[in-house]
Amino acid sequence: MTVTNVEKDVEKLTLTITADFAAPVDRVWQVWADPRELEQWWGPPTHPATFVEHSLAPEARSLYFMTSPAGQRFYGWWHILTVDTPTSLTYEDGFANSDGTVDESVLPAHRRVTLEAITTGTRMTVATRFASAEAMERMIAMQIVEGLVGAIGQIDSIVRP
Amino acid sequence: MVVDLHPAQADLVFHALADATRRDILTVALAGEQSVSALARRYPISLPAVQKHVTVLERAGLVTKHRHGREQLVRVEIDTLDRARRLLDELEAVWRERVGRIDAILSTNEGAPK
Repeated sequence: MTVTNVEKDVEKLTLTITADFAAPVDRVWQVWADPRELEQWWGPPTHPATFVEHSLAPEARSLYFMTSPAGQRFYGWWHILTVDTPTSLTYEDGFANSDGTVDESVLPAHRRVTLEAITTGTRMTVATRFASAEAMERMIAMQIVEGLVGAIGQIDSIVRP
Repeated sequence: MVVDLHPAQADLVFHALADATRRDILTVALAGEQSVSALARRYPISLPAVQKHVTVLERAGLVTKHRHGREQLVRVEIDTLDRARRLLDELEAVWRERVGRIDAILSTNEGAPK
């Protein structure tokens, strides 16, 4: 497992995860910047993500959906706030309606991604902060979708080539 | 496994946990049932203020109150506390999965950035 540290703050509704990869910073940046690579890892194998729009530029908006095995689509958007290629990115991550408009009923999460060169490759830190417990719960529900966490073992074996 | 905490209740839980005195009341009551008056003696605040904190915890489902003679006993509901923590645990699981998938992409495609 490449995850080296996880910090959870129940009161501040934040999760910070740190992971090390045996690849240069430019290469790890690409999995965020290239929508075709991003959609290979953003959604779980059972609910693959499709990024309709995506570019890492300040004020840019990404639009994506995740497709359930039954064909149901769950839409989300990113609003890029700051970009410092290839080392840092901040953006808002929220829900969208099926027509691509912002779902205003849930406040977006704020996320900061940092990539740092280390001797073995790249250290990635992803810090997510939720606006409310309800927003966090809906985001989690969308991203893991029902019953998924219970199947982590199987997913791991599907993912590994 | 999906956390069966209703969104409105989740907000109550996190709001309840956002206060240092309420977290302390929970910690103390976790060790064993406490009477409201015994709790009040621990803090430099009035009995009604402690009762208010207990009510916030109770509404969030984190504690229940039981009458024992003239005493109001406060009992921690472990399940609710666990569910709140599991929300963040589930988010951690989501990101561990993602890191695993990024790792798979990086190891199957060693090529330089396109």
